[in-house]
Amino acid sequence: MSERLVLVSITLLALSGVPGLFLSRRSNTSQWLATLLTMAGAGFGLTGVGAFFAGGGVGAGATQAPGFSQPIRLPWAVPGGEFYVALDGLSAFFLVPILLISSLGSIYGLAYWKQTDHPNNGCKLRLFFGIVAAAMALVAISRNTVLFLAAWEIMALAAFFLVTTEDTENTVCEAGWIYLAATHVAALFLFALFALLRAMTGSFSLTILPDDISPGLMSAVFLLALVGFGLKAGIMPLHIWLPGAHASAPSHVSALMSGVIIKMGIYGILRITSLVPHPPLWWGVTLLALGVLSGILGVAFAIGQHDLKRLLAYHSIENIGIIILGIGLALLGRTMGRDDWMILGMAGGLLHVWNHSLFKGLLFLGAGSVIHATGTRAIDQLGGLAKTMPRTALCFLIGAVAICGLPPLNGFVSEFLIYLGLFRTLGLPQGPSLTAAAFAVPALAFIGTLAVACFVKVFGTVFLGTGRATVHAHSHESPRAMIGPMVVLAACCCLIGFVPILAVPILGQAISTWALGIPRAGAELADLVPFGWITAVALILIAGLIGGGMVLRLLLRGRTTTAATWSCGYLAPTPRIQYTSSSFAQMLVQLFGWFLRPKTQAPCIHEIFPQPAAFHSEVPDTVLDEAVLPAIRSAGGLASRLRVLQQGSIQTYLLYIFAVLLILLMFR
Amino acid sequence: MVSVLNLVMHFIMVLAMPPLLLGVINRTKAVFAGRTGASFFQSYFDLAKLFRKESVFSSTTTWVFRAGPVVGLATAVVAASMIPLTTAAPPISFAGDLILLAYLFGLGRFFTASAALDTGSPFEGMGSAREVTFACLAEPAFFLGLLVLARLSGSLSLANMFDGALAQHWKTAGPSLALVVGSWFIVLLAENCRIPFDDPNTHLELTMIHEVMVLDHSGPALGMIIYGAALKLFIFGALIVRVAIPAATGNFVLDGGIVAGGLVLVAVMIGVVESVMARLRLVHVPNLLAAAGLISAFGLVLLVR
Repeated sequence: MSERLVLVSITLLALSGVPGLFLSRRSNTSQWLATLLTMAGAGFGLTGVGAFFAGGGVGAGATQAPGFSQPIRLPWAVPGGEFYVALDGLSAFFLVPILLISSLGSIYGLAYWKQTDHPNNGCKLRLFFGIVAAAMALVAISRNTVLFLAAWEIMALAAFFLVTTEDTENTVCEAGWIYLAATHVAALFLFALFALLRAMTGSFSLTILPDDISPGLMSAVFLLALVGFGLKAGIMPLHIWLPGAHASAPSHVSALMSGVIIKMGIYGILRITSLVPHPPLWWGVTLLALGVLSGILGVAFAIGQHDLKRLLAYHSIENIGIIILGIGLALLGRTMGRDDWMILGMAGGLLHVWNHSLFKGLLFLGAGSVIHATGTRAIDQLGGLAKTMPRTALCFLIGAVAICGLPPLNGFVSEFLIYLGLFRTLGLPQGPSLTAAAFAVPALAFIGTLAVACFVKVFGTVFLGTGRATVHAHSHESPRAMIGPMVVLAACCCLIGFVPILAVPILGQAISTWALGIPRAGAELADLVPFGWITAVALILIAGLIGGGMVLRLLLRGRTTTAATWSCGYLAPTPRIQYTSSSFAQMLVQLFGWFLRPKTQAPCIHEIFPQPAAFHSEVPDTVLDEAVLPAIRSAGGLASRLRVLQQGSIQTYLLYIFAVLLILLMFR
Repeated sequence: MVSVLNLVMHFIMVLAMPPLLLGVINRTKAVFAGRTGASFFQSYFDLAKLFRKESVFSSTTTWVFRAGPVVGLATAVVAASMIPLTTAAPPISFAGDLILLAYLFGLGRFFTASAALDTGSPFEGMGSAREVTFACLAEPAFFLGLLVLARLSGSLSLANMFDGALAQHWKTAGPSLALVVGSWFIVLLAENCRIPFDDPNTHLELTMIHEVMVLDHSGPALGMIIYGAALKLFIFGALIVRVAIPAATGNFVLDGGIVAGGLVLVAVMIGVVESVMARLRLVHVPNLLAAAGLISAFGLVLLVR
């Protein structure tokens, strides 16, 4: 039943943009229709998922599906293909953010990308928005690898059209092409991966791998999955496409991409690792190392950015790093037979998947509001927006506190779970220990404080102080259709932060699906983690804040004076003397200068009375600019020698096809 | 009955003692400089005066500017109720409370640094940028020290880390613990903006960190900030004292007295450091903090080799 509801939801989502193609481009009817269809689809889907979780369905293995879940298998003419979909703990877990963020994004788009304001690309945007959401949901429930790949490719291609919504701009197209190349490389690895799986298991279904597979083949499976899915997830150094694509897309699309689409990479890694009963030790260690690398370098790159959305995109890399850290810990636990590491690592990683889609969605929508009001995403041109856009500022602040992993919001809870698991690798109280993992603890602390530095910079420069440029003359609070989704997301951040125990049964079912042989992961998780204390401390903290605020108000009653900011005797302060995002980040960028390689143009002063000069600094993507692009250029040079084969006449190509078919038939 | 008394004593110590530490530091510095110095209780008088005054708010600021001091103080108070001053469990104690402790300070830092940017003044921007930058380097050192204690005690709650068994651990793992004490003392100096990281008495805004960050606060708001900062000093000091002096007589009055004495000793040491050292150049600060992290890391390596 749940599967059927999800299929109805997928159909509605996929069709949501279609009526718009037949309606007037100059009226807003089509966008209302699309949003209604999306909402209805999300409603059906969430009902199905809710029923699945309420039924307690664990769905370990696809054949036996208890509770509400009934797998659907229909024949499909494609070779090896079968329309085989089923819900289990993992797919249901990932369906929640897919449906939530896409429906909220669609509402946000009503005001942010009005059809009447964007008659040329509004229809296209909504068509592919619905298709992406539907394809993601299909990826999450498909159990046949051919179906999975088909859905995956639809998702990747539709996302390309979303990234290039404004295809009249050069930077957008460039980002789109890089994304397209990266996603196709990823698909190539996935083809190889699924072919290998077929060879191992003898079927195109996603089934548990037999025990007697050689270690070499297992390593190949892991590495193919890691690169294929890692490219989608944006693990450093495979993140090259991510900052450009997320910055170029319209903001509610960025929220969907950053909040959900990259999580499909995480889903893929989880799905493949769930099929392997005994992962070797180095898998977990590799993921831990990659998690630390992505986390630290992701946030370091973010600190150097001046573009609000590019900065948020780099933070996605950081958060993917934290998720990978949790998964790595869980894999270590599975190898070492430590259920507590596995449950804590997995719970932390999975909850961070949810949390990141909530607060990153919120932050991108907030960034969209800023762009909507001021028309720029250059942080150094903004300032003082908290006065003209108080609601947006408050929502953005909640998202910023949450993404820094600070109590009492949701980011803290998931990081707390990962910390607890990592501390346990110290071998408490005694016994075999894998202390190397413990060194991820200071790394996680480092990531957390760097994130605080980065978001103080963003929030302080964009929303506080005074406006730096004339763009503020028109700045205004966003319409309700844009504020509403942000408030919902902020409320979800608070809810998970204050009462994390609510998520435990759902987490438990997802963990039980991934980690075979722990049927009651939820109960064990509740035993391992003091959820009651988290709630209590959050409430105490809020009480303390309210109490402190009231005390300050009492002390100040009738005794406040308003004056200009004290500038140490300087009489004519202007907005230009404020610290900018570049100056705020300068020390940290210098600290990471060995990797970030910031490019600065500083004026050189020779005369006694120098002319007005300007200083400029930026942090480009080192991996893309200094490794990938040069490599591709030289590869392109080599490949040009193959041009003799490309004659451009159809007859020649038909000959090639015929020859290849002949050769294939010979080896049949 | 005992636990209620214990609770009362915990809060009396936590709430009443912090300003005294500032007084002790200043008196020590005065003695070194050959002055008589102010009373030990001068900070209490200063705070009382600030709370009676009016506040001046800049016209560029929003509610975030007023939230800064409140969040800073509230997080410090919650953190202070998690510190095990004696062998009895503190009011808030659970597995993993050490992580919450560090993150509470992070929350306080987020808001005080944001409040500074709310003024639109370049000086406060400088202070705020430096504060968050140096915190990034101090935090890993603090967590590495926590790892050492967690490994020794086999527990994830502060109360169990500092229970009676710590004295035994000094016999078996003395070098590691000594390294942690050293590293945490450097972290304390950095987190509380003392020399050699920052000079609380300097009058040159360009070189300051914490003091310049709170430049625009005045009256009760400034009082809250100073009190919160003193509380933070108290918390870090108490953690160091509990590691360095693992006395556990079981009598909580006596144990409390030992901790109070140890804290005064820490304050004297800070005063000595401030008297005999100059402030580091800002570019050298990261090196010292990295060194603190490495010291703790060596402590951990010694333990798990």
